[in-house]
Amino acid sequence: MTATPDLASKPPAGTRRQMLAELWFYFSQNRGAVVGLWVTIALVVVALAAPLIAPHDPTMQYRDAFLAPPAWQEGGSSRFLLGTDAIGRDILSRLIYGSRYSLFIGAVVVSIALVGGIVIGLVAGFFGGWIDAVIMRVMDVILAFPSLLLALVLVAILGPGLLNAMIAIALVLQPHFARLTRAAVMAEKNREYVIAAQVAGAGRLRLMFRTILPNCLAPLIVQGTLSFSNAILDAAALGFLGMGAQPPTPEWGTMLAEAREFILRAWWVVTFPGLAILLTVLAINLMGDGLRDALDPKLKRS
Amino acid sequence: MTGYSKLLMSVAVCLAGAGAEAKTLVYCSEGSPEGFDPAPYTAGTTFDASSRPVYNRLVEFEKGSTTVIPGLAESWEVSEDGLQYTFHLRPGVKFHTTDWFTPTRELTADDVIFSFERQGDAENPWNQYTAGISYEYFNSMDMGSLIESIEKVDDLTVRFSLTRPEAPFLANLAMDFASIMSKEYADQLEADGRMSDLNQQPVGTGPFQLVAYQQDAVIRYRSNPDYWNGQQPIDDLVFAITTDPAVRLQKLQAGECHIMPYPAPADIEAIRSDENLTLMEQPGLNVAYLAYNTQVPPFDNPQVRRALNMAMNKQAIIDAVFQGTGEAAKNPIPPTMWGYNEEIQDDTYDPEAARQMLEEAGVSDLSMKVWAMPVQRPYMPNARRTAELIQEDFAEVGVDVEIVSYEWGEYLDRSSATDRDGAVILGWTGDNGDPDNFLGVLLSCAGVGEANRAQWCNEEFTDLINQAKATSDQEERAELYRQAQVIFKEEAPWATIAHSTVFMPMSSKVQGYVMSPLGSHQFDGVDISE
Amino acid sequence: MIRFILGKLLYLVPTFLGVTIVAFGFVRVLPGDPVLLMAGERGISPERYEQLMQQLGYDQPIWWQYLEFLGRLFRGDLGDSLVTKSPVLGEFLTLFPATVELALCAILLATLIGIPAGVLAAVKRGSWFDQISMGTALIGYSMPIFWWGLLLIILFSGVLAWTPVSGRISLLFYFPEVTGFMLIDSLLSGQDGAFGSALAHLILPTIVLATIPLAVIARQTRSAMLEVLGEDYVRTARAKGLPWRRVVGVHALRNAMIPVVTTIGLQIGVLMAGAILTETIFSWPGIGKWMVDSIFRRDYPAVQGGLLMIAAIVMAVNLIVDLLYGLINPRIRHV
Repeated sequence: MTATPDLASKPPAGTRRQMLAELWFYFSQNRGAVVGLWVTIALVVVALAAPLIAPHDPTMQYRDAFLAPPAWQEGGSSRFLLGTDAIGRDILSRLIYGSRYSLFIGAVVVSIALVGGIVIGLVAGFFGGWIDAVIMRVMDVILAFPSLLLALVLVAILGPGLLNAMIAIALVLQPHFARLTRAAVMAEKNREYVIAAQVAGAGRLRLMFRTILPNCLAPLIVQGTLSFSNAILDAAALGFLGMGAQPPTPEWGTMLAEAREFILRAWWVVTFPGLAILLTVLAINLMGDGLRDALDPKLKRS
Repeated sequence: MTGYSKLLMSVAVCLAGAGAEAKTLVYCSEGSPEGFDPAPYTAGTTFDASSRPVYNRLVEFEKGSTTVIPGLAESWEVSEDGLQYTFHLRPGVKFHTTDWFTPTRELTADDVIFSFERQGDAENPWNQYTAGISYEYFNSMDMGSLIESIEKVDDLTVRFSLTRPEAPFLANLAMDFASIMSKEYADQLEADGRMSDLNQQPVGTGPFQLVAYQQDAVIRYRSNPDYWNGQQPIDDLVFAITTDPAVRLQKLQAGECHIMPYPAPADIEAIRSDENLTLMEQPGLNVAYLAYNTQVPPFDNPQVRRALNMAMNKQAIIDAVFQGTGEAAKNPIPPTMWGYNEEIQDDTYDPEAARQMLEEAGVSDLSMKVWAMPVQRPYMPNARRTAELIQEDFAEVGVDVEIVSYEWGEYLDRSSATDRDGAVILGWTGDNGDPDNFLGVLLSCAGVGEANRAQWCNEEFTDLINQAKATSDQEERAELYRQAQVIFKEEAPWATIAHSTVFMPMSSKVQGYVMSPLGSHQFDGVDISE
Repeated sequence: MIRFILGKLLYLVPTFLGVTIVAFGFVRVLPGDPVLLMAGERGISPERYEQLMQQLGYDQPIWWQYLEFLGRLFRGDLGDSLVTKSPVLGEFLTLFPATVELALCAILLATLIGIPAGVLAAVKRGSWFDQISMGTALIGYSMPIFWWGLLLIILFSGVLAWTPVSGRISLLFYFPEVTGFMLIDSLLSGQDGAFGSALAHLILPTIVLATIPLAVIARQTRSAMLEVLGEDYVRTARAKGLPWRRVVGVHALRNAMIPVVTTIGLQIGVLMAGAILTETIFSWPGIGKWMVDSIFRRDYPAVQGGLLMIAAIVMAVNLIVDLLYGLINPRIRHV
């Protein structure tokens, strides 16, 4: 039984529900953001239900239908709605399964970068002094390199492949979270409620994670959506350069790499994967914009 | 006429009007040369940029055929026993005068001797002028043990003494590695301590001389004003290095280049129907193959190799990768070559039987790598796609395939290692029209660790090859080669994939270009009409 | 003021050292024998191996190797490329102007269009112009630029044939390089049509590379303007009766520019990353393409040198932006 009520770290449930409702209210005012949310949800559903939705197996090579055009064009059939690629694989099915990879990449990368960045930022901001100086220098070093270049070199070291690409991108995106966390921590560190908690006897870890962190969440969430879309774009770029997911993995960027030679002959092989990337990233960015506006009323627009 | 072509035309008109009628031929090449000294390399891309424009050889191939005609040697005699070849050099042949070298003498026997000795003699200071250099052709063709000596009889006469009669020897001297260098230039470089420049700033006797090379982008040549075989119709030759075949075609159609190699098979129809373009085609003197590493188990077992061959659906590859422009291969030499064994039966496509054979051989859960080339070659438009099809085919019989790839130069380098992990997709275009050039270089014991990517050393086979080299009776040789092909089929060090048709699209303005059956691209005698 | 600058510089030293450690360390982290990797040779004799080991200093303790690496660095020696056997620094400097030319044109385009668009969107907040321009900006921001480039090539070079396919200038032109900037060199050469050709070749790559910076600058300008327009002094100025144009164009704009300038400067990292993809698609012979090619060719000295140079340049640009920001915004100068 605790001697004193832990005011600082456990806001009453009512307030939290209120906060979420308020968040939703502002968020839903932004039409674009809501559209983005629905599209993202749809994508998640598609990704999860891929084996049920996709008409064909994504790696199945239909030897009788190389480079078949989409169904509405001459030569196309309803068997392959968006056509097939050079070795007879159904593009629609590959796009559907590809959504799994893209969402997976985004989720994993953001998780690693978020967790790593938060821990580092908390430590740096909380302890200050030379620990802070060293950590921030390391973050600066990572940020000194253009993100794609560093990711490319890392993948060259680790070897091409989806997993290595994700690790590389997560490493490159992580300093943003670290910086944000640190800045927020430094701003909150000397606030009254924190000092109150300290006085009440809260330990360091508790202070870090249960006191300060929940109040720094807003910019982190926004950065999270931004990094999610960046991760998808970077992974696709690596796949395009041949350093990301390897064939026959139906990752959207890798599909574009294989499609370059068909620019003039078979436009559908080039257009659809790129469109998929664009729409996904757009949806997430719309959501991110909406979240930012909703979380920080000062910057609210329209 | 497109907006951009108009711009180009007006430029040409301005240049012409200014009195500087510099005719420039732009060739959209498919890759960067590894260097400008042809001897250490085997890639056609490198030869197109080095030995073909810049150098000459003692004898040459007649344009468009594999007939040997005089080159730097205007005549020659072969002794009765086939051991002595005496060449009489053409007088008055001048080397290039470039920004980095001015010759003080004409071609002599010294230059010929130097060109070969530097490759064969490990003591020669030029042998390792760049560290780690290896003279692939010289070694694979066993020149070191074949040539006993090369003597200078007088300034314009050279005598080669061989250790054994070798029927293809004359044809071999027309190959790129036998290009004649300038000893004077080499001496100058050695004195200046800049020996590696031989590979960057070449000096030869050929129809064009190098002006500048912008790494991976542009190679510029100027026509050689002192060329012994006559002035060139064009003044400047430019190689625009464009690795993507779709982009090459775009540039050709836009008028940015005049001639290009290796179109993507998917574009052939479009080229045929374009009235501004001419399409030349020819059955290629080539073969594409998947070479197993016969020194690494389980690929050291011929039954395993044969089983995998039966698991491969060659027709699908011809359809998907070659778009029908080629034929499935059953022998390591193409059907157009003399000595081709018609009687041989190809492996049937039978995944069931393949699975059984693998089981009998005691192979289960096999995991292997398949190497795929990153570039397009005349014998293989898309190795990556071929590998994916093979991956699927092998999966049918329970073999798991991982596809690996390296940058082209590295690919060639690494794949020749005797401990290479995996089967490699590669191919070959004949260099001199002789079956020995395929079977000897690629499959004999001498080629292991070099051009013999299967690392396959079969005594019986190599004996037949060596016997065939020793006699000049073509009938006898053909019979020996037919027997060799039977052994090849039984032992199956390769899965022979296809022989392709080679296409050469060009602007209709290009005149005088002749396709070489050997797959090289040369521009001497080519003109652009207005 | 001097103290401000010195302070910033001092701040960068440890970061730069960190960068050198990364560049130094990455080769040693690679799988495979480092001597063979750095020498690029296969199958060398034991004596040659020993020789190379000594030459490359791999027999010394690691801290000694690092110091020696730093020493060579300050002498301008970044090693020799395995492919061309010539100094890496020389190759970098030869190719650098191409990327700078492209980047400058891109940032110019992004600024010339982005800032006015952002200002207008802020002023006409909520209008169709605002919605459309910000919507377009969001799309540009979400675009995979390698795909965007391919589409533009299909449309403008393929179907319409308005622009050339690749390269910096038509190959029919050959003139000596003076500055390395094709636009300037083509003018200097005096050859008819050279400048036009150089310009034509720059159009599509510039558009592609400028896409993301344009979107970011437009959005940032809009939000900065909105913030400024909501300030008290702006409302006071309007109440005083100052013409709206003047208020916006002079007072508001100047204050909104402060964060925008920082944003522009920070786009350098985006430009470098974008250059990698743009140069690959358009076969633009700059350092982006060179880095990709070097990585694929396992030309490790080149990758190492390139990493260092690029990071150094990004840091230098960020420093300049910081200093400029300090100049414009006196408030932070004295922090």
